Amino acid sequence: MSQSSHGIGGLTFDDKKKARAPEWNVFFALVLIVAIFEGLGAALMGQSLLFDSADRFDSIFNEARLKIIILQVAIIGIIAIGSTQVIILGGIDLSPGSIVGVTAMIAMTFAQVAEISAGVPNPKLMFPALADLPVIVPVIVGLIIGIIAGAINGLLIAYTKIPPFIATLGMMVFARGAAKWWSKGQPISFPSDSYAAIGAGMMPVFIFIALAILFHLILKYTVYGKHTYAIGSNEQASRMSGIKVENHKVLVYTIAGALAALAAVVLSSKNLTAQAGMGMMYELDAIAMTVIGGVSLSGGRGSILGTVLGALIFGVIISGFTFLKLDAYYQEMVKGIIIVGAVVLDQYRQKRNAARM
Amino acid sequence: MLDYTNAEVVLETRDLTKHYGGVHALEGANFKIHKGEHVAIMGDNGAGKSTFVRQITAVEQRTRGDIILNGSKTQFDSPIEAREAGIETVFQNLALADDLDVPSNLFLGREKVKFKLGPFSILDNKAMREATMAGLVKTGVKIPNILNSIQNMSGGQRQCVAIARTAAFHSKLTIMDEPTAALGVQETAQVENIIRTLKEQQEPVILISHNMRQVFDLMDRIVVFRRGRICANLTIDGSLQPEDVVAYITGAKTGSEFPEAM
Repeated sequence: MSQSSHGIGGLTFDDKKKARAPEWNVFFALVLIVAIFEGLGAALMGQSLLFDSADRFDSIFNEARLKIIILQVAIIGIIAIGSTQVIILGGIDLSPGSIVGVTAMIAMTFAQVAEISAGVPNPKLMFPALADLPVIVPVIVGLIIGIIAGAINGLLIAYTKIPPFIATLGMMVFARGAAKWWSKGQPISFPSDSYAAIGAGMMPVFIFIALAILFHLILKYTVYGKHTYAIGSNEQASRMSGIKVENHKVLVYTIAGALAALAAVVLSSKNLTAQAGMGMMYELDAIAMTVIGGVSLSGGRGSILGTVLGALIFGVIISGFTFLKLDAYYQEMVKGIIIVGAVVLDQYRQKRNAARM
Repeated sequence: MLDYTNAEVVLETRDLTKHYGGVHALEGANFKIHKGEHVAIMGDNGAGKSTFVRQITAVEQRTRGDIILNGSKTQFDSPIEAREAGIETVFQNLALADDLDVPSNLFLGREKVKFKLGPFSILDNKAMREATMAGLVKTGVKIPNILNSIQNMSGGQRQCVAIARTAAFHSKLTIMDEPTAALGVQETAQVENIIRTLKEQQEPVILISHNMRQVFDLMDRIVVFRRGRICANLTIDGSLQPEDVVAYITGAKTGSEFPEAM
């Protein structure tokens, strides 16, 4: 095909003209932040953050710290997979933290054992009839709770046309109330061994990675993904093109609810207990990971891969501050600055793109 | 100049009428377009051009009258149905998703799939890419890389993407509502080039335009709207002068001498 420099005639398919994937920017940011902590670590502590400083010859990295970095973001990361899809759709979801609370409470009720050891009854047992159920029951019950909560979010947003911020704010308050009402504020504890195995050890990380890969592929290679990006990019055009926008919104918020429920199962299993306050503020951390990962709050742009990188940045910052023995207060202050910075960068990118047109 | 009177009629309207309450925006429009014919719709603002197009594309529901597509009466309840039946509209404000690439925009809402699984059907990206290439080759549009999102493309390139949809889907009729109104000189040339290509491929086009030069360069016939009625039906041949068209648009001449020249 001809490659004239004028506007008319010919078509090029030039790989050099392919724009760089925005995930690279997030990756560079991650590398930069690691480098900053390595520098500070070397200067202040005489230690390395990620690399093995004990001079053992069998390892390059400090595996223990790498594990902690990813383990502490894995559960909120599962929520962030849902937040990513909602934000790409052009919405926002403030409810997953509370959905975690109510789901953890109810699921745990179905996961309790009757006796914590031979002859000692479970002091926290809520419904004796529901003790010692197979592990699949609490998982399914939890998923159903999340799906119902997410579907209500979606139906409200799609059919009453109220802003997602308001609909999910309502769900956030309601679900937290439901979590407290369920056991009158009492914690629910002592799950069966098989339930406890779901979130044990590095399991949260494996579940997070498996879900991230699954939804990355779904967003990239299915009609569902294409329509999510299309609606977030131009809802009117999507509707004109025959996409069933309302149905799609319900589906996306439902999936976000289901992911929050999975996070609840993993979290309550890991902690071996469920409390009404569980998951408080998780939605904000999930949104922060998403935004840091390059997902645009105006919709249409971003990816699960970006969010995973955003989650890692989050993990590195938390671990880095602990490593430098700095107060947790600084951690939150820096987190706040980074969230705002990421959105400012996104706005700047959009303006620059608009100017180029 | 070719004579289309014996060609197959693609779209016909009989007594097409739209009242908004007491306002008669469109009154008894009888209109025909034949296979391969390019017809311009001209008229002053508020003359009924856009109302006419909105009835054909089912953006609004008509008060009365018939729309006959390929010989059979139609009743579309939504623009989507009209589009599925083969009436493709290129709007002035582009109905494109800026963050998506060219194939995604071309196939928006009707993606090709490899494997059906409800909403989770697997996209056939390769087939869509190839169809996009073929569609763009037809229109002769140059786009650096079709897999970039279209937000960084020029207005002309974006308009070309919108028009290329019609080429990619073998629509029966393409309607363009002032496709070059917001474009620069070179971009206008691109879009006009596409219209010529559609002409060579015998694709019928209805073009709404205020640009007399463009209409005389590209179209076979001009239908003039005035005060909600079709007031003239003018074949563009050597004898028709732009001044005559202006006279009909402004009402200096009336269409009594062209009662049923379709």
